Amino acid sequence: MYRRRVSAGLAATVIATIGAAYAGPAHADALQNIKAKGVLAVGVKADYPPFGYRAPNGDIIGIEPDLARDVAKRLGVKLQLVPVVAANRMQFLEQGKIDLLIATMTDTPERARVIAIVKPDYYASGYNLMLPKSVKLTAWNELRGKPVCAIQGAYYNKQVAEKFGVQVIAFTGVAEALTALKQGRCIGFLYDDTAIGGQLLKPEWSTYAMPLESQDAEPWGLAVRKGETSFYDFMAKTVADWHKTGSILALESKYGLTKHSKFVEEMHDKYK
Amino acid sequence: MHGIALWFRHLHETTGINLTIAYDPFDRARFLRGFLVTLELSAISILGSVLVGIVGAWLQGSRLRWTRRFVQGYIQLFRNTPPLVQMFFFYFGLSVLMPTVKNRFGMQQPLIGGFAWASISLIFFAGAFNVEIFRSGIEAIPSSTIEAAEALGYTRLQTYIHVVLPLATRVCLPALTNNLVNLIKTTTLAYAIAVPELLYVSNQIWSDSVNVPVMMVVLFIIYIALVGLLVAAMNAWERALRRPGLGT
Repeated sequence: MYRRRVSAGLAATVIATIGAAYAGPAHADALQNIKAKGVLAVGVKADYPPFGYRAPNGDIIGIEPDLARDVAKRLGVKLQLVPVVAANRMQFLEQGKIDLLIATMTDTPERARVIAIVKPDYYASGYNLMLPKSVKLTAWNELRGKPVCAIQGAYYNKQVAEKFGVQVIAFTGVAEALTALKQGRCIGFLYDDTAIGGQLLKPEWSTYAMPLESQDAEPWGLAVRKGETSFYDFMAKTVADWHKTGSILALESKYGLTKHSKFVEEMHDKYK
Repeated sequence: MHGIALWFRHLHETTGINLTIAYDPFDRARFLRGFLVTLELSAISILGSVLVGIVGAWLQGSRLRWTRRFVQGYIQLFRNTPPLVQMFFFYFGLSVLMPTVKNRFGMQQPLIGGFAWASISLIFFAGAFNVEIFRSGIEAIPSSTIEAAEALGYTRLQTYIHVVLPLATRVCLPALTNNLVNLIKTTTLAYAIAVPELLYVSNQIWSDSVNVPVMMVVLFIIYIALVGLLVAAMNAWERALRRPGLGT
């Protein structure tokens, strides 16, 4: 009886110790930790040009890696870029593999329950139309009755058909839709504006453009772990400063996005 | 109409059975259009493929060796390749070689659209099977019957139209019904080249409302009804054509 109680107590102690060891880093201040280590680990996309992609030599480059570099510079530490995908980015942050997440993530209330999404948001993405430069359109209303290629299952297909009377021709994949656009089966391609921006950087689409305003823009947020209040405050100030100085607008130009995000322009005006 | 819509909305809120096609005017309109496109596509491809079958089976009995080889080549090509691949090939591959017209935006637009390519591809696909089905009927005709027609002064074409085909049709009707049933079901493949038929519009609707199981059940019921109608019509035709002493 006595021995059993001792072993139970021992087990509890061990569990508590392990628990404390795991909980340890989360309670310490992330900002101090990063400075002590001298390295800032940032999760970015490596397959989403021009926001985060691989250069021919294998380095991850793009708008978001450049933003990460700016954060590291402000902290006076070295930068370590960690490629993430949508399915693992939040887990990487929670587990401490990365300190900061800048990876084209839409700011949603569901996500904000798990990680601390920094306000203000730094970018926004909606849907837009990729059109041949020969098609002159100035407003979405002019699309009434016109055929537009799209992807089956995109949430905005119905909205565009209902709101603007567009005739949506939806294909199963991006390659099919782009082929149909090239063959002239539709006058434009309806897709995420940021992804269209990436397509337009390729030489084969040099005679195409995105002249209309993006619709239904959803904000993107960068994120830190829950409870990291001092790091959160630091990042909130940093993002506000990016908006104030217009550095995101400058990065858009640097990476060939000739059409600035309306959201970023508005934020620039707001913080100026 | 309004009362029915309200009832289906209530059904959704209370049971989770979300029949948007019953209460959402936009969804209802596109679903009805999809249904009409499926009917149209089925009718065109049934008529076209039966015609291909009749003509192909006649050419198969041609005295010219190259005509027979051509028909054989056509059958092998279309019977041995998947219909979805044929549809993609026609729509994306072959259409590059086809004439284009300038549309009002100054873009070169292909003359043949998705619906036309889907019809052509389905006619050729089912037609290849129909040629073989009609051949099976023709081969069941005793050669003495054909010789009797020749003795009466019928040409080969006259024999085919007035003697062989009417008799062969009776023999091959069950097999033909089978193939046409398959053809109606194969029209759903047209969704891959963005022809707004039933499966395509249902896919759009369930993408927006996430009511996949409900729409699947609706699709099932509609196709069971469509195929049921065709089978009933073909069976009635079979009975009407029945001649005592021929077959069973």
